[in-house]
Amino acid sequence: MIRLVLLVAQKDLLIERRSRVLLWQVAPFGLMTLVLCGLAVGPTASTQARLAPGLFYIVLTLVSLLVINRTSQLESSRGTVTSIQILGMDPGSVFLGKALAMWVQLATVGSALLVGTTVLLHVSVRAAVLTLPVLLLASATLSLAGVLYGRIAASSANAGTLLPALALPAFAPVLIAGERAFSSLVVASPLARWVWLLSVALVAYASVGLLLYGALEES
Amino acid sequence: MAVASLCDVVVTAGSFPLLSGVTLTLEPTVTYVITGSNGAGKTSLLRLLAGLEAPSRGSGTVLGFDICSSQRRELRRHVGWLGHEMSFYADLSPVENLKFAARTTGADVAAITPALDRVGLAQRSKVPMKFLSAGQQRRVSMAWFMVRRPQLWLMDEPYASLDDEGRDLLSELLVTAQTSGATIVLTSHGLLPPEIDAASIVMVGGRIAKVAS
Repeated sequence: MIRLVLLVAQKDLLIERRSRVLLWQVAPFGLMTLVLCGLAVGPTASTQARLAPGLFYIVLTLVSLLVINRTSQLESSRGTVTSIQILGMDPGSVFLGKALAMWVQLATVGSALLVGTTVLLHVSVRAAVLTLPVLLLASATLSLAGVLYGRIAASSANAGTLLPALALPAFAPVLIAGERAFSSLVVASPLARWVWLLSVALVAYASVGLLLYGALEES
Repeated sequence: MAVASLCDVVVTAGSFPLLSGVTLTLEPTVTYVITGSNGAGKTSLLRLLAGLEAPSRGSGTVLGFDICSSQRRELRRHVGWLGHEMSFYADLSPVENLKFAARTTGADVAAITPALDRVGLAQRSKVPMKFLSAGQQRRVSMAWFMVRRPQLWLMDEPYASLDDEGRDLLSELLVTAQTSGATIVLTSHGLLPPEIDAASIVMVGGRIAKVAS
Protein backbone atom coordinates (compact mmCIF):
# COMPACT_ATOMS: atom_id res chain seq x y z
CA MET A 1 0.00 0.00 0.00
CA ILE A 2 2.79 2.44 0.91
CA ARG A 3 4.45 1.79 -2.45
CA LEU A 4 1.25 2.68 -4.30
CA VAL A 5 0.70 5.78 -2.13
CA LEU A 6 4.20 6.99 -3.02
CA LEU A 7 3.71 6.20 -6.74
CA VAL A 8 0.50 8.23 -6.90
CA ALA A 9 2.05 11.13 -4.97
CA GLN A 10 5.17 11.06 -7.14
CA LYS A 11 3.03 11.15 -10.29
CA ASP A 12 0.96 14.14 -9.12
CA LEU A 13 4.09 16.04 -8.06
CA LEU A 14 5.79 15.29 -11.38
CA ILE A 15 2.77 16.70 -13.20
CA GLU A 16 2.96 19.81 -11.01
CA ARG A 17 6.67 20.18 -11.69
CA ARG A 18 5.96 20.06 -15.42
CA SER A 19 2.99 22.41 -15.46
CA ARG A 20 4.32 24.83 -12.77
CA VAL A 21 0.76 25.87 -11.91
CA LEU A 22 1.71 26.18 -8.24
CA LEU A 23 4.69 28.41 -8.94
CA TRP A 24 3.22 30.73 -11.56
CA GLN A 25 -0.47 30.83 -10.63
CA VAL A 26 -1.30 29.60 -7.14
CA ALA A 27 1.58 31.14 -5.14
CA PRO A 28 1.29 34.58 -6.80
CA PHE A 29 -2.48 34.52 -6.18
CA GLY A 30 -1.89 33.78 -2.50
CA LEU A 31 0.71 36.51 -2.09
CA MET A 32 -1.43 39.08 -3.94
CA THR A 33 -4.40 38.23 -1.72
CA LEU A 34 -2.20 38.67 1.33
CA VAL A 35 -1.14 42.13 0.08
CA LEU A 36 -4.79 43.06 -0.47
CA CYS A 37 -5.64 41.87 3.04
CA GLY A 38 -2.87 44.09 4.41
CA LEU A 39 -4.26 47.07 2.51
CA ALA A 40 -7.82 46.29 3.64
CA VAL A 41 -7.01 46.35 7.38
CA GLY A 42 -5.10 49.63 7.17
CA PRO A 43 -1.50 50.72 7.77
CA THR A 44 -1.34 50.32 11.57
CA ALA A 45 1.25 47.63 12.28
CA SER A 46 -0.29 46.47 15.56
CA THR A 47 -3.72 45.98 13.92
CA GLN A 48 -2.17 44.06 11.05
CA ALA A 49 -0.22 41.81 13.46
CA ARG A 50 -3.35 41.17 15.54
CA LEU A 51 -5.43 40.17 12.49
CA ALA A 52 -2.59 38.39 10.67
CA PRO A 53 -3.36 34.81 11.85
CA GLY A 54 -6.96 34.99 10.65
CA LEU A 55 -6.00 36.61 7.35
CA PHE A 56 -3.25 34.03 6.84
CA TYR A 57 -5.64 31.11 7.27
CA ILE A 58 -8.30 32.68 5.03
CA VAL A 59 -5.71 33.08 2.27
CA LEU A 60 -4.45 29.52 2.85
CA THR A 61 -8.03 28.25 2.53
CA LEU A 62 -8.53 30.11 -0.76
CA VAL A 63 -5.23 28.80 -2.06
CA SER A 64 -6.28 25.29 -1.02
CA LEU A 65 -9.36 25.54 -3.22
CA LEU A 66 -7.17 26.30 -6.24
CA VAL A 67 -4.84 23.39 -5.48
CA ILE A 68 -7.75 21.00 -4.91
CA ASN A 69 -9.40 22.09 -8.14
CA ARG A 70 -6.16 21.59 -10.04
CA THR A 71 -5.52 18.16 -8.50
CA SER A 72 -9.08 17.03 -9.26
CA GLN A 73 -8.77 18.19 -12.87
CA LEU A 74 -5.86 15.82 -13.48
CA GLU A 75 -8.31 12.93 -13.57
CA SER A 76 -11.41 14.77 -14.75
CA SER A 77 -11.57 13.68 -18.40
CA ARG A 78 -13.56 10.54 -19.10
CA GLY A 79 -10.60 8.90 -20.81
CA THR A 80 -8.26 9.41 -17.86
CA VAL A 81 -10.92 8.31 -15.36
CA THR A 82 -11.38 5.09 -17.33
CA SER A 83 -7.68 4.38 -17.67
CA ILE A 84 -7.17 4.89 -13.93
CA GLN A 85 -10.09 2.57 -13.20
CA ILE A 86 -8.62 -0.04 -15.54
CA LEU A 87 -5.39 -0.04 -13.54
CA GLY A 88 -7.50 -1.41 -10.67
CA MET A 89 -5.58 0.50 -7.99
CA ASP A 90 -6.59 0.28 -4.35
CA PRO A 91 -8.77 3.40 -3.79
CA GLY A 92 -7.42 3.97 -0.28
CA SER A 93 -3.89 4.17 -1.65
CA VAL A 94 -4.98 6.57 -4.38
CA PHE A 95 -6.70 8.76 -1.78
CA LEU A 96 -3.65 8.90 0.49
CA GLY A 97 -1.25 9.35 -2.45
CA LYS A 98 -3.17 12.31 -3.81
CA ALA A 99 -3.46 13.80 -0.31
CA LEU A 100 0.29 13.40 0.20
CA ALA A 101 1.05 15.25 -3.05
CA MET A 102 -1.43 17.97 -2.16
CA TRP A 103 0.09 18.29 1.31
CA VAL A 104 3.55 18.88 -0.16
CA GLN A 105 2.10 21.60 -2.40
CA LEU A 106 0.03 23.27 0.33
CA ALA A 107 2.88 23.15 2.85
CA THR A 108 5.18 24.77 0.27
CA VAL A 109 2.76 27.56 -0.59
CA GLY A 110 1.77 27.91 3.08
CA SER A 111 5.42 28.42 4.06
CA ALA A 112 5.80 31.11 1.39
CA LEU A 113 2.63 32.77 2.67
CA LEU A 114 3.98 32.63 6.21
CA VAL A 115 7.07 34.54 5.09
CA GLY A 116 4.73 37.00 3.36
CA THR A 117 2.70 37.36 6.55
CA THR A 118 5.84 38.17 8.53
CA VAL A 119 6.94 40.80 6.03
CA LEU A 120 3.59 42.34 5.09
CA LEU A 121 1.54 41.98 8.27
CA HIS A 122 4.30 42.47 10.86
CA VAL A 123 4.01 39.14 12.67
CA SER A 124 7.12 38.31 14.71
CA VAL A 125 9.56 35.88 13.12
CA ARG A 126 9.48 33.81 16.30
CA ALA A 127 5.70 33.31 16.12
CA ALA A 128 5.92 32.49 12.41
CA VAL A 129 8.63 29.86 12.98
CA LEU A 130 6.81 28.33 15.94
CA THR A 131 3.56 28.06 13.97
CA LEU A 132 5.23 26.07 11.20
CA PRO A 133 4.39 22.64 12.76
CA VAL A 134 0.77 23.80 13.16
CA LEU A 135 0.77 24.87 9.50
CA LEU A 136 2.01 21.40 8.48
CA LEU A 137 -0.77 19.79 10.52
CA ALA A 138 -3.43 22.16 9.17
CA SER A 139 -2.31 21.72 5.54
CA ALA A 140 -2.33 17.92 5.97
CA THR A 141 -5.92 18.12 7.22
CA LEU A 142 -6.90 20.46 4.37
CA SER A 143 -5.31 18.03 1.90
CA LEU A 144 -7.23 15.01 3.17
CA ALA A 145 -10.52 16.93 3.17
CA GLY A 146 -9.61 18.49 -0.18
CA VAL A 147 -9.04 15.20 -1.99
CA LEU A 148 -12.33 13.90 -0.64
CA TYR A 149 -14.40 16.95 -1.58
CA GLY A 150 -12.52 17.37 -4.85
CA ARG A 151 -13.61 13.86 -5.81
CA ILE A 152 -17.22 14.59 -4.87
CA ALA A 153 -17.24 17.84 -6.87
CA ALA A 154 -15.50 16.20 -9.85
CA SER A 155 -18.55 14.06 -10.51
CA SER A 156 -20.51 17.24 -11.26
CA ALA A 157 -20.38 19.19 -14.52
CA ASN A 158 -19.98 22.37 -12.42
CA ALA A 159 -17.04 21.17 -10.35
CA GLY A 160 -15.30 24.57 -10.25
CA THR A 161 -18.20 26.34 -8.57
CA LEU A 162 -19.49 23.37 -6.58
CA LEU A 163 -16.17 22.74 -4.84
CA PRO A 164 -16.08 25.95 -2.72
CA ALA A 165 -19.71 25.47 -1.67
CA LEU A 166 -18.99 21.92 -0.52
CA ALA A 167 -15.51 22.32 0.88
CA LEU A 168 -15.56 25.65 2.75
CA PRO A 169 -17.92 24.46 5.53
CA ALA A 170 -15.73 21.37 5.93
CA PHE A 171 -12.64 23.58 6.20
CA ALA A 172 -14.13 25.65 9.03
CA PRO A 173 -12.67 23.55 11.90
CA VAL A 174 -9.21 23.72 10.30
CA LEU A 175 -9.53 27.46 9.75
CA ILE A 176 -10.65 28.11 13.32
CA ALA A 177 -8.13 25.80 14.99
CA GLY A 178 -5.26 27.01 12.82
CA GLU A 179 -6.06 30.66 13.41
CA ARG A 180 -6.49 30.17 17.17
CA ALA A 181 -3.20 28.27 17.43
CA PHE A 182 -1.36 30.95 15.43
CA SER A 183 -2.96 33.73 17.53
CA SER A 184 -1.97 31.90 20.70
CA LEU A 185 1.65 32.00 19.55
CA VAL A 186 1.41 35.71 18.73
CA VAL A 187 0.08 36.58 22.21
CA ALA A 188 1.97 33.74 23.97
CA SER A 189 -1.01 31.77 25.32
CA PRO A 190 -1.60 27.95 25.40
CA LEU A 191 -2.42 26.35 22.06
CA ALA A 192 -2.62 22.64 22.91
CA ARG A 193 -6.40 22.34 22.53
CA TRP A 194 -6.28 23.84 19.02
CA VAL A 195 -3.57 21.42 17.97
CA TRP A 196 -5.73 18.67 19.44
CA LEU A 197 -8.74 19.84 17.37
CA LEU A 198 -6.61 19.84 14.21
CA SER A 199 -5.38 16.32 14.99
CA VAL A 200 -8.95 15.06 15.49
CA ALA A 201 -10.00 16.64 12.17
CA LEU A 202 -7.03 15.02 10.43
CA VAL A 203 -7.88 11.56 11.74
CA ALA A 204 -11.58 12.06 10.91
CA TYR A 205 -10.95 13.11 7.29
CA ALA A 206 -8.38 10.35 6.77
CA SER A 207 -10.85 7.74 8.06
CA VAL A 208 -13.80 9.03 6.02
CA GLY A 209 -11.62 9.28 2.90
CA LEU A 210 -10.30 5.74 3.25
CA LEU A 211 -13.84 4.46 3.68
CA LEU A 212 -15.56 6.44 0.94
CA TYR A 213 -13.03 7.19 -1.79
CA GLY A 214 -13.59 3.90 -3.61
CA ALA A 215 -17.35 4.44 -3.73
CA LEU A 216 -16.83 8.00 -4.96
CA GLU A 217 -14.52 6.78 -7.73
CA GLU A 218 -17.15 4.32 -8.87
CA SER A 219 -19.88 6.96 -8.91
CA MET B 1 -14.13 -22.35 -20.71
CA ALA B 2 -15.74 -19.17 -22.07
CA VAL B 3 -13.89 -15.89 -21.62
CA ALA B 4 -17.15 -14.09 -20.96
CA SER B 5 -20.64 -15.29 -20.30
CA LEU B 6 -23.49 -12.78 -20.00
CA CYS B 7 -27.08 -13.67 -19.25
CA ASP B 8 -29.90 -11.15 -19.75
CA VAL B 9 -27.74 -8.25 -18.58
CA VAL B 10 -29.30 -4.82 -18.26
CA VAL B 11 -27.17 -1.70 -17.78
CA THR B 12 -28.76 1.67 -17.15
CA ALA B 13 -27.58 5.26 -16.85
CA GLY B 14 -30.10 6.72 -14.43
CA SER B 15 -33.36 5.43 -15.86
CA PHE B 16 -32.03 5.26 -19.43
CA PRO B 17 -31.20 1.72 -20.60
CA LEU B 18 -27.76 1.40 -22.19
CA LEU B 19 -27.98 -2.38 -22.58
CA SER B 20 -31.38 -4.08 -22.57
CA GLY B 21 -31.04 -7.78 -21.82
CA VAL B 22 -27.74 -8.83 -23.36
CA THR B 23 -27.01 -12.56 -23.51
CA LEU B 24 -23.64 -13.42 -25.00
CA THR B 25 -20.79 -15.91 -24.79
CA LEU B 26 -17.26 -15.06 -25.86
CA GLU B 27 -14.88 -17.92 -26.65
CA PRO B 28 -11.14 -17.75 -26.00
CA THR B 29 -8.61 -16.75 -28.70
CA VAL B 30 -11.32 -15.36 -30.95
CA THR B 31 -11.50 -11.81 -32.30
CA TYR B 32 -14.95 -10.25 -32.18
CA VAL B 33 -16.05 -7.09 -33.90
CA ILE B 34 -19.12 -5.30 -32.54
CA THR B 35 -21.02 -3.31 -35.13
CA GLY B 36 -24.15 -1.19 -34.93
CA SER B 37 -25.38 2.33 -35.41
CA ASN B 38 -24.60 5.21 -33.04
CA GLY B 39 -26.16 4.58 -29.63
CA ALA B 40 -26.63 0.86 -30.28
CA GLY B 41 -24.70 0.02 -27.10
CA LYS B 42 -21.30 -0.97 -28.51
CA THR B 43 -19.22 1.07 -26.06
CA SER B 44 -21.49 0.15 -23.16
CA LEU B 45 -20.97 -3.54 -23.92
CA LEU B 46 -17.20 -3.02 -23.99
CA ARG B 47 -17.37 -1.14 -20.67
CA LEU B 48 -19.44 -3.94 -19.17
CA LEU B 49 -16.85 -6.51 -20.29
CA ALA B 50 -14.11 -4.34 -18.74
CA GLY B 51 -15.88 -4.23 -15.39
CA LEU B 52 -16.47 -0.50 -15.75
CA GLU B 53 -20.26 -0.75 -15.68
CA ALA B 54 -22.34 -2.56 -13.09
CA PRO B 55 -25.37 -4.51 -14.33
CA SER B 56 -28.65 -3.45 -12.81
CA ARG B 57 -30.13 -6.83 -13.77
CA GLY B 58 -28.92 -10.17 -15.07
CA SER B 59 -25.71 -12.05 -14.34
CA GLY B 60 -22.38 -12.74 -15.91
CA THR B 61 -18.72 -13.56 -15.56
CA VAL B 62 -15.73 -12.22 -17.45
CA LEU B 63 -12.39 -14.06 -17.14
CA GLY B 64 -13.98 -15.90 -14.24
CA PHE B 65 -14.85 -12.73 -12.31
CA ASP B 66 -18.44 -12.04 -11.33
CA ILE B 67 -19.33 -8.69 -12.93
CA CYS B 68 -22.27 -8.23 -10.54
CA SER B 69 -20.01 -8.13 -7.47
CA SER B 70 -17.00 -6.22 -6.23
CA GLN B 71 -14.88 -8.64 -8.30
CA ARG B 72 -15.36 -6.13 -11.14
CA ARG B 73 -12.47 -4.10 -9.71
CA GLU B 74 -10.16 -7.12 -9.82
CA LEU B 75 -11.33 -7.96 -13.36
CA ARG B 76 -10.09 -4.58 -14.60
CA ARG B 77 -6.51 -5.53 -13.87
CA HIS B 78 -6.76 -8.36 -16.41
CA VAL B 79 -8.19 -6.49 -19.38
CA GLY B 80 -6.66 -4.01 -21.78
CA TRP B 81 -8.71 -0.95 -22.68
CA LEU B 82 -8.47 1.46 -25.58
CA GLY B 83 -11.23 4.06 -25.66
CA HIS B 84 -12.15 7.06 -27.78
CA GLU B 85 -10.66 9.71 -25.51
CA MET B 86 -7.06 10.40 -24.56
CA SER B 87 -6.45 8.19 -21.57
CA PHE B 88 -3.07 9.43 -20.40
CA TYR B 89 -1.85 12.38 -18.33
CA ALA B 90 -1.34 15.24 -20.76
CA ASP B 91 1.65 16.76 -18.92
CA LEU B 92 3.57 13.49 -18.74
CA SER B 93 5.51 11.87 -21.57
CA PRO B 94 4.66 8.44 -23.02
CA VAL B 95 7.52 6.88 -21.03
CA GLU B 96 6.37 8.49 -17.77
CA ASN B 97 2.74 7.52 -18.34
CA LEU B 98 3.61 3.93 -19.15
CA LYS B 99 6.07 3.67 -16.24
CA PHE B 100 3.37 4.83 -13.83
CA ALA B 101 0.87 2.34 -15.26
CA ALA B 102 3.43 -0.49 -15.25
CA ARG B 103 4.54 0.14 -11.67
CA THR B 104 0.98 0.25 -10.37
CA THR B 105 0.02 -2.99 -12.12
CA GLY B 106 3.29 -4.88 -11.73
CA ALA B 107 3.92 -5.00 -15.48
CA ASP B 108 7.45 -5.21 -16.86
CA VAL B 109 8.94 -1.69 -16.90
CA ALA B 110 11.83 -2.89 -19.05
CA ALA B 111 9.40 -3.70 -21.85
CA ILE B 112 8.33 -0.04 -22.22
CA THR B 113 11.19 1.29 -24.33
CA PRO B 114 11.13 -1.61 -26.85
CA ALA B 115 7.33 -1.27 -27.11
CA LEU B 116 7.49 2.47 -27.82
CA ASP B 117 10.23 1.77 -30.33
CA ARG B 118 8.03 -0.88 -31.96
CA VAL B 119 5.13 1.58 -32.42
CA GLY B 120 7.45 4.17 -33.93
CA LEU B 121 7.59 6.58 -30.99
CA ALA B 122 11.21 6.18 -29.93
CA GLN B 123 11.98 9.79 -30.87
CA ARG B 124 8.84 11.15 -29.18
CA SER B 125 8.93 9.04 -26.05
CA LYS B 126 9.91 11.95 -23.79
CA VAL B 127 7.55 14.56 -25.25
CA PRO B 128 4.49 15.43 -23.12
CA MET B 129 1.37 13.64 -24.37
CA LYS B 130 -0.41 16.94 -25.03
CA PHE B 131 2.03 17.64 -27.86
CA LEU B 132 1.37 14.31 -29.62
CA SER B 133 -1.23 13.89 -32.34
CA ALA B 134 -4.33 11.74 -31.82
CA GLY B 135 -2.75 8.99 -33.90
CA GLN B 136 0.46 9.09 -31.87
CA GLN B 137 -1.54 8.91 -28.65
CA ARG B 138 -3.23 5.79 -30.03
CA ARG B 139 0.20 4.34 -30.68
CA VAL B 140 1.09 4.91 -27.01
CA SER B 141 -2.01 2.89 -26.12
CA MET B 142 -0.84 0.15 -28.47
CA ALA B 143 2.55 0.16 -26.73
CA TRP B 144 0.76 -0.23 -23.39
CA PHE B 145 -1.06 -3.33 -24.69
CA MET B 146 2.33 -4.75 -25.72
CA VAL B 147 3.73 -4.11 -22.24
CA ARG B 148 0.63 -5.26 -20.35
CA ARG B 149 -0.22 -8.33 -22.48
CA PRO B 150 -3.81 -8.55 -21.19
CA GLN B 151 -5.90 -11.68 -21.53
CA LEU B 152 -8.84 -9.73 -22.92
CA TRP B 153 -8.36 -6.82 -25.33
CA LEU B 154 -11.20 -4.32 -25.45
CA MET B 155 -10.85 -1.65 -28.11
CA ASP B 156 -13.34 1.04 -29.06
CA GLU B 157 -12.82 2.07 -32.70
CA PRO B 158 -9.11 1.21 -32.55
CA TYR B 159 -8.42 2.09 -36.19
CA ALA B 160 -9.73 5.67 -35.80
CA SER B 161 -7.07 8.40 -36.14
CA LEU B 162 -4.42 5.98 -37.39
CA ASP B 163 -2.53 6.46 -40.65
CA ASP B 164 -1.88 3.55 -43.03
CA GLU B 165 1.31 2.56 -41.23
CA GLY B 166 -0.46 2.72 -37.87
CA ARG B 167 -3.34 0.59 -39.18
CA ASP B 168 -0.89 -2.05 -40.45
CA LEU B 169 0.90 -2.00 -37.11
CA LEU B 170 -2.34 -2.43 -35.18
CA SER B 171 -3.46 -5.30 -37.42
CA GLU B 172 -0.13 -7.03 -36.88
CA LEU B 173 -0.46 -6.50 -33.14
CA LEU B 174 -3.99 -7.94 -33.08
CA VAL B 175 -3.02 -11.01 -35.10
CA THR B 176 0.00 -11.63 -32.85
CA ALA B 177 -2.12 -11.21 -29.71
CA GLN B 178 -4.76 -13.63 -30.96
CA THR B 179 -2.09 -16.17 -31.88
CA SER B 180 -0.63 -15.89 -28.39
CA GLY B 181 -3.95 -16.72 -26.77
CA ALA B 182 -5.66 -13.37 -26.19
CA THR B 183 -9.33 -12.72 -26.87
CA ILE B 184 -10.06 -9.47 -28.66
CA VAL B 185 -13.29 -7.50 -28.76
CA LEU B 186 -13.38 -4.32 -30.81
CA THR B 187 -15.98 -1.99 -32.19
CA SER B 188 -15.93 -0.67 -35.72
CA HIS B 189 -18.05 1.43 -38.01
CA GLY B 190 -16.04 0.50 -41.08
CA LEU B 191 -14.60 -2.59 -42.70
CA LEU B 192 -11.76 -4.30 -40.89
CA PRO B 193 -8.50 -5.05 -42.73
CA PRO B 194 -8.65 -8.46 -44.47
CA GLU B 195 -5.99 -9.99 -42.20
CA ILE B 196 -8.34 -9.64 -39.20
CA ASP B 197 -10.52 -12.73 -39.07
CA ALA B 198 -13.29 -11.67 -36.73
CA ALA B 199 -16.63 -13.01 -35.59
CA SER B 200 -19.35 -10.41 -35.83
CA ILE B 201 -21.68 -9.15 -33.10
CA VAL B 202 -24.43 -6.87 -34.38
CA MET B 203 -26.12 -4.59 -31.86
CA VAL B 204 -29.42 -2.75 -32.22
CA GLY B 205 -31.00 -0.61 -29.48
CA GLY B 206 -28.91 -2.01 -26.64
CA ARG B 207 -29.54 -5.64 -27.63
CA ILE B 208 -27.56 -8.29 -29.48
CA ALA B 209 -29.32 -8.65 -32.82
CA LYS B 210 -27.02 -11.23 -34.34
CA VAL B 211 -23.77 -13.13 -33.68
CA ALA B 212 -22.02 -14.61 -36.70
CA SER B 213 -18.67 -16.40 -36.83
